[in-house]
Amino acid sequence: MIKRLPSIIKHKGPDLLGIGGLLLLWQLIAASGLVPRYMLPTPKAVVLALIEDRALLWEHSLVTLQEAMLGLLIGILIGYLFALLMDRFEGLYRAFYPLLILSQTVPTVAIAPLLVLWFGFEMTPKIILIVIATFFPITVGLLDGFRHADEDAIGLMRAMGASRGQIFWHLKAPSALPRFFSGLRIAAAYSVVGAVISEWLGGFAGLGVYMTRVRKAFAFDKMFAVIFLIAVLSLALMGVVALLERKCMPYRDKGDKNETL
Amino acid sequence: MKRLEIKNIYKSFDGKGVLEDVSLTLSEGELVCLLGISGSGKTTLFNIIAGLTLPDAGQVLLDGEEITGKPGRISYMLQKDLLFPFRTIEDNVALPLRLKGMGKKEARRKAGELFEAFGLDGTQKKYPAQLSGGMRQRAALLRTYLFSGEVALLDEPFSALDTITKSAIHQWYLRVMERIRLSTFFITHDIDEAILLSDRIYLLSGQPGRIVDEIVIEEPKPRPADFNLTEEFLSYKKKILEKL
Repeated sequence: MIKRLPSIIKHKGPDLLGIGGLLLLWQLIAASGLVPRYMLPTPKAVVLALIEDRALLWEHSLVTLQEAMLGLLIGILIGYLFALLMDRFEGLYRAFYPLLILSQTVPTVAIAPLLVLWFGFEMTPKIILIVIATFFPITVGLLDGFRHADEDAIGLMRAMGASRGQIFWHLKAPSALPRFFSGLRIAAAYSVVGAVISEWLGGFAGLGVYMTRVRKAFAFDKMFAVIFLIAVLSLALMGVVALLERKCMPYRDKGDKNETL
Repeated sequence: MKRLEIKNIYKSFDGKGVLEDVSLTLSEGELVCLLGISGSGKTTLFNIIAGLTLPDAGQVLLDGEEITGKPGRISYMLQKDLLFPFRTIEDNVALPLRLKGMGKKEARRKAGELFEAFGLDGTQKKYPAQLSGGMRQRAALLRTYLFSGEVALLDEPFSALDTITKSAIHQWYLRVMERIRLSTFFITHDIDEAILLSDRIYLLSGQPGRIVDEIVIEEPKPRPADFNLTEEFLSYKKKILEKL
């Protein structure tokens, strides 16, 4: 840990430089009139729009976040169940793996209207859409993880008389954690995007609905503001996942080999 | 008293003989070594004793009871320590007790009692990645001991270690064995290691592998640290090299 700290500080500089430079360039281009002001608002105008609409954005954010979280949670549960069954029964794996892949070739935007027609403008179709978008990375990550549990370690557990359930609990499930979290991080980002897309197509509240409204009013500054907000929400959710990851895998931070024989 | 008996084991894969009429015994408190060159069927025999592979013919008896093809009776230790990276050393070591249905606290307490004897004190809360290779092998041996109590299989447990670490762990091993009772069946291709640690050595050779000789190492235990520099040691070594 001690060794890593300076390297983080060292890297922070260039990172901020990149973002800062981009913002500066944006401000310069927008202010110079190279692009008409109404099409590309200045960063300053975007920030002002954020502040002006803050109460409204807060309300819509809560709705979107609620959908995203609920969809993600159900997605995780279904994803875990799928992976569990497909790992346990080889037949299920072979039958459903191609379907699983196939389900991901259908673009979310294409099924969203169908879901709205079937389930209306309330929360149900939105949650379903998010579940469809999020369970996949979870299932694939877990399946991969379960299958990568060390063969020799499984043999050793068998020699110690471990049952299938014990092998799963003590070895396979924890072995799959890193891949599970990789999947979860992607799923977390998908959940916010999925919520926004589903709101575009109908609904009464949420950032997607707000976005549709400001688009119709050609309020570019507000468009940029809400895009910015969505990105921040996704990042925040991914941050929560990263935090959870460190909490669940404390051994990952510990690699110093001070012991000698 | 005989703990482990292996009687007339035959095994072939795809018509190719791997083991032919292999019989061995392991008595109470003994360390018996199976010495053989690579490809002589050492690991196959090992899997048969652990119950993970069925022999074509022959029997494995533990305390007179047939355990052929029955895993869950004898634990083993490999060159790879197979400690779970996501568990602390104490939880890794206590795993066999947990598998037998013991609660977490009880298992930790019981495993904890042996940390000192195995020279592992202070590593309880550490993760495997924080320990050196030698320390990890110690923990793996403790785990093996906690599983089967008194009969253990060791398949080239120290062969991944460098020479200096290996010689240190040999001394450690002999010290630990003075304090705990363990009937050990040890597989290796290292002749020096076999002579240094064993009470008896079986030589496995040929294709299919068969027992070509059995050598008793008379030197009493504990053996002096410079045993491997004595005339006696070299004569054992010469004898083994001629046979293999």
